[in-house]
Amino acid sequence: MVVFEKPKALTDAPLHYCPGCTHGIIHRLVAEAIDELGIQGKTIGVASVGCSVFTYNYFNCDMVQAAHGRAPAVATGVKRSDKNNIVFTYQGDGDLAAIGTAETVHSAARGENITVIFVNNAIYGMTGGQMAPTTLPGQVTQTSPYGRDTEAVGFPVKVCEMLSKVDGATYLERVAVNNVANVKKAKKAIKKAFQNQIEGKGFSLVEVLSTCPTNWGMAPDKSLKWLEENMIPYYPLGVYKDKFAKEEE
Amino acid sequence: MSEKVLMKGNEALAEAAIMAGCHHYFGYPITPQTEVAAYMAKRMPKIDGGVFLQAESEIAAINMVIGVAATGKRVMTSSSSPGISLKSEGLSYLAGCDLPALVVNVQRGGPGLGGIQPSQSDYFQATRGAGHGDFHTLVLAPNSVQEMVDMVFKGFDLAEKYRIPAMILSDGTMGQMMEPVSLDMGEIKEYDKSWALTGTKGERKPNIVNSLFLEASELEKFNFERFERYKQIEENEAMYEEYRMEDAEICVVAFGVASRVSQNAIDEARKQGIKVGMIRPITLWPFPKKVLNAAADKVKAFISVELSMGQMIEDIELAIRCKKPVELCNRVGGMIPSTAEVLEKIKEVNGGVK
Amino acid sequence: MAKVTFDKDTCKGCGLCVGACPKGIVKLSDELNIKGYHPAEVTEQENCIGCAFCATMCPDCVITVEK
Repeated sequence: MVVFEKPKALTDAPLHYCPGCTHGIIHRLVAEAIDELGIQGKTIGVASVGCSVFTYNYFNCDMVQAAHGRAPAVATGVKRSDKNNIVFTYQGDGDLAAIGTAETVHSAARGENITVIFVNNAIYGMTGGQMAPTTLPGQVTQTSPYGRDTEAVGFPVKVCEMLSKVDGATYLERVAVNNVANVKKAKKAIKKAFQNQIEGKGFSLVEVLSTCPTNWGMAPDKSLKWLEENMIPYYPLGVYKDKFAKEEE
Repeated sequence: MSEKVLMKGNEALAEAAIMAGCHHYFGYPITPQTEVAAYMAKRMPKIDGGVFLQAESEIAAINMVIGVAATGKRVMTSSSSPGISLKSEGLSYLAGCDLPALVVNVQRGGPGLGGIQPSQSDYFQATRGAGHGDFHTLVLAPNSVQEMVDMVFKGFDLAEKYRIPAMILSDGTMGQMMEPVSLDMGEIKEYDKSWALTGTKGERKPNIVNSLFLEASELEKFNFERFERYKQIEENEAMYEEYRMEDAEICVVAFGVASRVSQNAIDEARKQGIKVGMIRPITLWPFPKKVLNAAADKVKAFISVELSMGQMIEDIELAIRCKKPVELCNRVGGMIPSTAEVLEKIKEVNGGVK
Repeated sequence: MAKVTFDKDTCKGCGLCVGACPKGIVKLSDELNIKGYHPAEVTEQENCIGCAFCATMCPDCVITVEK
């Protein structure tokens, strides 16, 4: 009996991500959630700009490619066109937490019944490793070559913490994909974010701490370790908001 | 069914959109287009499946438009000049994704924050494709409340027929003017929408709405294909109206509110024995080049009457291949040329060019 | 008996599966695949417990697990 194989909601296209980049794991988790919930035929995905720009080639469902940062606005249109559509965005940190901050906050504030998958790897990957809104203090990037100087450029944006103060948001959880246990938790969170939408519960966002071995300049296994030792302490994992938590208990 | 009702331009435009099957509207407050949004806010909740949503920005509004357009439904947004600048990113994506949608620009004076009085100074922005990359937006310029209605219907129809964004280029005067209108617009034509994102339902391969092509030859192919469609539009869809051109020696070219002022000036000039007429472009892109070029063989001069520092005048010169002189008669910043000012220009040209 | 299969030519040789295997039986091959990477493989199939940890950490859906 097959106990593990590629989910149906992923196409056969080979992923373009660098070796060891955990985007691929997150893609698979989203696809597994779509498979398990049986929603592939009514799911419409919104691709963003950044490394995840090509997601429209990977998810085996209708897809639209949005401008940088605008995915939640495009998703709002797709969802409001037909509320039976299951609509998700797949965005990186630059897209969601810098250029698209307004779209993120306001789609949450409106309580748009959509699912947002937010991949936070603390760097702009596609353009070659520039400082992101989530780059850690002191972290070296192409545009913070002496380390992120908080005196000069300020502090990282903690998206889940910020959105937890937004009344319209329904479900916010931060997860990581640095080891098997955390990948399993991430899967559960992503599935829940889709389940919420099916049940009409409103805006769900799962922030996934992810690696960028190429632009961090370290081997894939070292990257997992760096994520664990540096990102998780700054971006603590856990549920930041769950409007319906009590109801379910 | 030609019963007429008295309506304000902006409201007539909004009602026309609803009657044309547009049940999704996204906008952001800006003067002087406020009535469009206010009207939609009142009407959409009363319509089955109707959506009015005030977005957090012009940028968000146009991207919500993209979302609905991608699902194959009729959708619109409206704004005024500074807001259209913000929407220009979305216009480029609409064009690049081959999506139909309607964008209304109730123009105000610029640049910058400018003013809130009528203007036509977004002519270049509208007709050159308001955004990055090679593209066009179909641009319709009504000059009456009835045409506000007719152009909405036409705009949606042509946008769907050719899969391009359409823009209504109006101004504060058109928006505020009250005139009797008929909202009877005939049948809505159905076009192929097999490209739309409706969910695969497990019955077809996924549809992808996208404007990214990293393979240069592929991107070139899509641009060539799109410009083939533009060629057809230029060939078949240019609209204009001729006024007293039969024996005209001077041709006034004006659109929107400028054409209304010009018409009065022409009537007055005719009384004084000056043979002057007008060609009024109704579509600014495609620009009615052929009729202007033909007129250039008959008239001795053209006058471009504009509420800008002279933008359409360049298209006139191009259309007539500079065969005849083109004079500019303009006011800007929210000022509108008076009948007397246009008449004065007509007289000057009549006396000056033998 | 558990069985893991690697889609050799899809593998990018990142080695995340190597670190995930509790039995230490996944390793990178000395050979190169079609992409020029050293693909992951299992040498002692009989020691596999079918936990799918390797597949869970694989970013490229290279691994199928049967039990």
